Amino acid sequence: MGGRKTDLVLLDKNGIRCDGRKVDETRKVTIKAGVLKNASGSAYIEFGGNKILAGVFGPRDVHPKHMADPDTGILRVRYHMEPFSVGERKNPAPSRREIEISKVVKEALEPAVMLENFPRTATDVFLEILQADGGTRCAALSAASVALADAGIPMRDLVCGCAAGKAADTLILDVNNEEDQAGQADMPIGYMPNLGKITLLQLDGVLTPDEFKKCIELGVVGCKQVYEIQKKALHEKYFSNGGSS
Amino acid sequence: MSQNSNHFVLPGDVISNGSSSLKQNVILEGDKLVSTTIGFTENNDGAVDVIALTGLYTSEVDDLVIGKIVSHNSLSWEVNINSSYRAMLPASDIFGKDYSPSRDDLSLKLIIGDIILARIVNSDSRRPLITINGQNLGKIDDGELIKISPAKVPRLIGKHGSMIQSIEESTGASITIGQNGWVVVSCEKTNGLLKAIMAIRMVEEQAHVVDLTDKVKKMLQSNGVE
Repeated sequence: MGGRKTDLVLLDKNGIRCDGRKVDETRKVTIKAGVLKNASGSAYIEFGGNKILAGVFGPRDVHPKHMADPDTGILRVRYHMEPFSVGERKNPAPSRREIEISKVVKEALEPAVMLENFPRTATDVFLEILQADGGTRCAALSAASVALADAGIPMRDLVCGCAAGKAADTLILDVNNEEDQAGQADMPIGYMPNLGKITLLQLDGVLTPDEFKKCIELGVVGCKQVYEIQKKALHEKYFSNGGSS
Repeated sequence: MSQNSNHFVLPGDVISNGSSSLKQNVILEGDKLVSTTIGFTENNDGAVDVIALTGLYTSEVDDLVIGKIVSHNSLSWEVNINSSYRAMLPASDIFGKDYSPSRDDLSLKLIIGDIILARIVNSDSRRPLITINGQNLGKIDDGELIKISPAKVPRLIGKHGSMIQSIEESTGASITIGQNGWVVVSCEKTNGLLKAIMAIRMVEEQAHVVDLTDKVKKMLQSNGVE
């Protein structure tokens, strides 16, 4: 049920997926914090084939002024795919999908950032997808959270993202592009590891209630792995002895 | 700054289980003390602080800051002080109590892009209010503006000004430090200027290294200014 008909073997007899991973294995994730000089905070993430750059500005004055909230600071997120990020040239104008992802990433970050300390300001997060390979919203969310921490914006916790899903009737961790296209379900999860709270939960596809629960558990395991890499990136920038010299 | 009792923390890291008072950059989540920023912990009589290593400046009354004029209207200048909020410098500060917008022209005194040394008078209103009335305050005419993290200003000053003194002595430069992390260096000799900037950058990059003052001194002496 579900998924597109394809000749691609998503899962072979030995339980190995189309890109050589096991069912409960994430792709290789690397994060680097503080890669942009002009932004208050920034991060670069490689999440398998995804390459994403995140830049944060603020808290700063709100323009246009009518958007300012006298009680709290506001968070603005712009998720944008470069024209060259996918196989066929993508029109750089914001699409319906990009507007949706901007919104869900913003709402996934909001529980973590403490913008109530900065009334009448805006904090802007810019996410540029340089190369997309399925699961960009989770990767973008993870990068945004590192960039926000790098900018020194007070946060209750870091937010990490990882997807889980179902392909070839098996629950899998970290759905890639092929599995997203041909698989049965894709469930991106945003998670605050220290608070143990889920801030992003979407589901595209069909799962039984039992699979749903197992899928969340699997996704959270993936998020925790991403969290360790986020921590490592920030440690490298701030605490590696002797600084960058 | 001793290193032994300090831990490096990231947002969300648990510092300890329950404590008396909440201080800087720390929140209580359930019964756990949690850091909200990247920094290192510091124990102050039982209360735990987190000294931030990044972030913008938060204005406090009586701080000396270096700011850049961004714009002006008929009554005040708007000044960027590396904070989330633009500071306000009232026109009456320069023209006196009998300032009248029809007679006096603000752009004659300070224009956009000017760098000033100012003192923060009030920071709980909408915008921090600053003044340039006072000794050594006012427009800074020459020098090089360097931006460092506000959290590293105490390190640049050093214990009783030891760090900044040793840099000034060995380079012949005069250095003005704003609490907001902006620093103006001026020196007649190009060599001394470059040297001083290098030393400041070094302090910024290695702020958490032990015996930094000695290290900087060594660096400065290694090829001193002729």
